[in-house]
Amino acid sequence: MADYKPPPLPSPFSFTQPAPTLLTQGAEAHLYKTVSLDPSIPAALKIRPSKPYRHPILDRKLTRQRIVQEARCLVKLIREGVKVPALLALDWEGQGGDSGWGGAWLLMEWIEGPVVRVVLEQWEAWMKQNSSSLDEAQRAREEDRVRDLLNRMGAAGAEMWTPMGLLWRGEIVIIDLGLASQSTQDEDRAVDLYVLERAIGSTHPRSEALFDALLQGYRESYKGATSTLKRLEDVRMRGRKRSMLG
Amino acid sequence: MALETVALPHLPASLPVHVALYRNVENSVFLRQQLLAGNADFEYALIDASMILSRQHAITAIFRAVNDYLNNRLKSRNVHSEIVFAFNPTNNIADSFRKFGISDATKDLLIVKVSTSPEISHDSIAAHLKDSVQGTLVAFDSETLSQISDVSKIKKQYKLGALPSPGAQANGAQDDSIKRQLELSLLGAIALRGS
Repeated sequence: MADYKPPPLPSPFSFTQPAPTLLTQGAEAHLYKTVSLDPSIPAALKIRPSKPYRHPILDRKLTRQRIVQEARCLVKLIREGVKVPALLALDWEGQGGDSGWGGAWLLMEWIEGPVVRVVLEQWEAWMKQNSSSLDEAQRAREEDRVRDLLNRMGAAGAEMWTPMGLLWRGEIVIIDLGLASQSTQDEDRAVDLYVLERAIGSTHPRSEALFDALLQGYRESYKGATSTLKRLEDVRMRGRKRSMLG
Repeated sequence: MALETVALPHLPASLPVHVALYRNVENSVFLRQQLLAGNADFEYALIDASMILSRQHAITAIFRAVNDYLNNRLKSRNVHSEIVFAFNPTNNIADSFRKFGISDATKDLLIVKVSTSPEISHDSIAAHLKDSVQGTLVAFDSETLSQISDVSKIKKQYKLGALPSPGAQANGAQDDSIKRQLELSLLGAIALRGS
C-alpha cells in the first residue's frame, strides 16, 4: 500500500502548517497528530471522512450522529472528572473534497503514553522470560477502576478493546469513545465486561487469568457492581446477543 | 502593551485575528451605542471580560466562530457578532449578547477583530482602538484574565454549578486541576453548541 493516499483533509485543516501527520486509520476514522489552538501544545485530530458509497444524505446523518455522540460522551466524562482526552473543537459538517462535504472531525487533547494493549504485550513477553510477577494484579485493578468509573457515569462503551485504553503517568485514560453510548442498564454493562473478557482472553492469553483482578477493582469502585456481575454470569452462558437483532 | 495579533493554527494566514484586553474602560456606554446603531467602523466583537475564564477559553470561542465563518454558516450578522455568540453554550443569540457582550456597566473588555479584508490591518485597528476606547490596555493572558473573571457567573451561564470552584482550596496544585477541569468543560460546551 505504498501509494495509498488518505482522503483530503476537511477545512480548515487543509490550511494547517505543518500538515497533520496520519497516525492510524480504522474503518470509520483517521487519526492525525497536529497542534491544538495553541501551537506549542499537540492535539489529536480524529476525522470521519465521507463515505462516497453511501447515499449522501444518509452519509451525513450517520457521520454527524456518531461524531456528536462521541463528543458528548467526552464532554460528559470531563465534567465528571474522569480521565479522558478533552474535546477542544468539533465540526460535524466539515467541508472539503469535490462534493463540498468532507466528513466530520473532532480535535482532542493529546495524551502521551503506550496503549494498554502494548503494555500487556510487553508484559506477556517479559512474563515468558521471568514468570514471577505480581504487578499485573495492581495494574489490572487500576485499569478497571477507570472502566467502572465509565460505567458509573452510564457511558457504556459498546466495544472496549485494550487498544482503547492508554497508560498515562500511571493512570489509565480511555482514549477512544468512538462507539461509546450512554446507558444505565445492567445488560449493557455486563456485555461490555464480557466482550472485554473475551478480547483479553484471545489477544493476551497469559493475562486472561487476571481478569478476576479487573472484576475485583470493578466491584470495589462501583456500587451497582453486584447486579452487573450477576448479569455477567448470564451473558457468559449465552453470549452477548440477547436481542438476536443486528 | 499593544494590540496582539494571534495567528491561530489551522486557520488560513489570510485571516489574522487581533485581540486587545482593556481594563477600567470608561466609555462602555458609548461603545455599546455604536454597536446598537450598527456603526460599521465599530464592527468588533466586544466581550465582557468577566465572563472569560482564560486565554484558551477565548481562543476556542474565536476559533469556533471563524471556522463557521469560513464554512459560510454564520448564525448571526457577521463574524464578530458570531464570536460573542460562540461563547454561549446555548442557541439563543440575543441572550448571548446580554450575557457575554458589552454592557453599560462593563469595566473590563475584550475586543476581537478578524481581518476579513486586506484593508483591515494591525495598524489600522490599533489606531482606531486608541482613539475610541478609554481604558488601560493590558496583556491578553490567563494570568490577567484570572483577576478579572467572575467564576460563579461563568459557571452559572454554562450550567456547571456542580463543579468545584477554583480559589476555594489553599492547595495550589489541587486548585490548578480544579480550574483546568472547569476550563475543559467550557471548551467542550463551546464545541458542542448546536449539535
